[in-house]
Amino acid sequence: MIPELGNFALILSLCLAVVLATVPMIGSLNNTPGWVALARPAALGQFTFLLISFACLVNAFLSNDFSVLYVAQNGNSQLPIIYKISAVWGAHEGSLLLWALILGTWTVAVSLFSRKLPAEVLARVLSVMGMVSIGFISFMLFTSNPFDRVFPAPLEGGDLNPLLQDFGLAIHPPMLYMGYVGLSVAFSFAIAALIGGKLDAAWARWSRPWTLIAWVFLTIGITLGSWWAYYELGWGGWWFWDPVENASFMPWLVATALIHSLAVTEKRGAFKRWTVLLALLAFSLSLLGTFLVRSGVLTSVHSFAADPERGLFILVFLCIVIGGSLMLYAWRAPDVSSGGKFDLFCRETLLLGNNVLLVVITAFILLGTLAPLIYDAMGWGKISVGFPWFTAMFVIFTPFLVFIMGMGPLSRWKKQDPGDLARQLRMALLLSIGGGVLLALPLFHQGSASMGLAVALSLWLLSSLLLSLRQRFRYRKGLAGILKDFGARGSGSFYGMIIAHLGIAFFIIGITSVTQFDVEQDIRMSPGQTVELAGHTFRFEGAKAVRGPNYQADQGTIRVFNADGQEVAVLNPEKRTYTVQTRPMTEAGIDAGFLRDIYVSLGETLGNGDWSLRLYYKPLVRWIWLGGILMGIGGLLAAADRRYRMASRPETVAAPATAERLATESHS
Amino acid sequence: MTPKRKKRMTLIGLMLVGVAIAAGFALQAFNENLMFFYTPSEVAAGEAPAGRMIRVGGLVTDGSVKRQSDGLTVQFDVTDNDKTITVQYTGILPDLFREGQGIVAHGRLQQDRLFVAEEVLAKHDENYMPPEVADALKATHDKAVGNTTEQVN
Repeated sequence: MIPELGNFALILSLCLAVVLATVPMIGSLNNTPGWVALARPAALGQFTFLLISFACLVNAFLSNDFSVLYVAQNGNSQLPIIYKISAVWGAHEGSLLLWALILGTWTVAVSLFSRKLPAEVLARVLSVMGMVSIGFISFMLFTSNPFDRVFPAPLEGGDLNPLLQDFGLAIHPPMLYMGYVGLSVAFSFAIAALIGGKLDAAWARWSRPWTLIAWVFLTIGITLGSWWAYYELGWGGWWFWDPVENASFMPWLVATALIHSLAVTEKRGAFKRWTVLLALLAFSLSLLGTFLVRSGVLTSVHSFAADPERGLFILVFLCIVIGGSLMLYAWRAPDVSSGGKFDLFCRETLLLGNNVLLVVITAFILLGTLAPLIYDAMGWGKISVGFPWFTAMFVIFTPFLVFIMGMGPLSRWKKQDPGDLARQLRMALLLSIGGGVLLALPLFHQGSASMGLAVALSLWLLSSLLLSLRQRFRYRKGLAGILKDFGARGSGSFYGMIIAHLGIAFFIIGITSVTQFDVEQDIRMSPGQTVELAGHTFRFEGAKAVRGPNYQADQGTIRVFNADGQEVAVLNPEKRTYTVQTRPMTEAGIDAGFLRDIYVSLGETLGNGDWSLRLYYKPLVRWIWLGGILMGIGGLLAAADRRYRMASRPETVAAPATAERLATESHS
Repeated sequence: MTPKRKKRMTLIGLMLVGVAIAAGFALQAFNENLMFFYTPSEVAAGEAPAGRMIRVGGLVTDGSVKRQSDGLTVQFDVTDNDKTITVQYTGILPDLFREGQGIVAHGRLQQDRLFVAEEVLAKHDENYMPPEVADALKATHDKAVGNTTEQVN
């Protein structure tokens, strides 16, 4: 009964999505306030029914209702409660429902927090979100309904994929989806602005906090995914350039370009068309990612053949969204007035450079991700694009990106004297080149040009951030002035930028250090045997059988000693076999540290108590995720900036002293 | 052309040149990093280049897995039910590696036709058959069926 209720609620939410997508939009076009006013209640209604529907599916999992096909495939009565809940989004149908629910949540959030928005603009924004919602809910109802029944009902469920039975992965998809779907807000604002023909600084100011929050979720989601892959897959990798990862990374890159471009549009009124295009692109890539990954099209073109209905629906939906929005763009964008004028060298140009680089990186990743699909479809053979290519693309462009990042925050809007900037950054340049060369030489270790470059880039970034801070504090009187500044207009953006860019510096050092200096060894070990690796002694104490709630495992014990013979860690990697899906899984033993991780996983048993083991020493690997977290915090600070909350108030604030005003403008 | 316009055109021109150069390098690197997939039959027919990174895939032949005394170097046969090639790999095999299971290996073909793998993939789903492997098996099957049909005719 309850699953039928869920299904019914889903149908009702589709009806409300249709209302939301049409009535307020039409009302806004022919000035019917009554129709426009329908946007808010419709959004709230849609959300309510999606929530009911979602709750019904959660209930089906919690009550082990295996007469529901989706629960029968992905649930199990032995699952711990937290994984019963996360199993709801563990596969295709349920994750679509989560997607739709999150879209409903964002829609309601926009309707609640944008009360200062002109009614017809808000109506259009919500309408566009309703249109996207129609696509998703009908995709679910017509091709992948999570409430489909199965008869006869099996006695026990097929269990959640053991890889997904993990806390990190329980929260990773919702985070990522919050990001993906959050980009629909920027998308809808852009479409609404194109329809209304009013693309101005106010538009940028409205969409900026939303885009920032979506970007924060995306950042945290990707970071969590990478961390999960690292500790759960058992071979110490943290990024594989897998299509699934690329699908989340591409929207992130474009969204990163978008938040920077929005800054220019808000502050200077320039780049309007480009910003709109980025907003359309970012969400299109999210859609492409969700669909291609979830439907399995990227693993093989043939999954279209396996389920032609789903494939066709996806293609049509993508064509409508991407094609439709680009057509609207082509039609309306030429009318948009070009914004503020600027010189050849100024902050605008630097931000443009950053945007171009980010988009170029995205284009190459897209090429690499879709190439196997294209080759297969054209009959050119079955290919895969090697890991090194993606890495090369990233490594080639990043130094330029970081070089620009160092100059951006210090430069002025509109007009910047290159000599002046060079004088400011002279010491930073010397410091970073010096530091880089020092690290590239074989003084502390075997020496590495890549590490030198990474250190140079990070020092460059760091010193430029310090210079920006100094420049800002120069106009704040003493400690009190600085403290007062933390709550001021524009300070969220500024300090957020500092923290997020600092995150990049950590990230670069972490990545380079772990790729250059990690030590890895596959080895056969007998109980009691020791081996030296990266200045540590690893002693294998043998393995014994243990039992978990829904698995059996062999658990190894490895003691790790440092050079002085002191014990630093006892690691217990496991080889698990889950009862239902009967497949082996590696659970790594990790000793985490700020400066290094020691990582051990069990291979296979080789008889006589011998095991093959994989030992890793990973210097600074945590800095990668620390970078991600810092970026997230930075984004949150920027989104919380006071000026977004004052956005609709007319700008009556008396102009502060000229010097201070200039300083504020060039930082925020 | 006004000076302002000229400046803007220079900027756009510079960016276009930069992007074009980058794209050129990227595409060249792209070609070098393409890994083509070959079936054991194609390898046996000498269609696969030696020394270049390629991918091969098929089913691991039952009873073919041999482990050398170091416990880490493994040799096994991979078949598409028509021809068979021998793959050698040093290191820890993925959790789902098993005889009879479909796998894909990345590596290089040696002059002596031994395939030395740098990576062996068995997807984390036991019902999963790598699509290339499924196709290879299907091709063999179709060929076999085709032959029989011809004989009947």
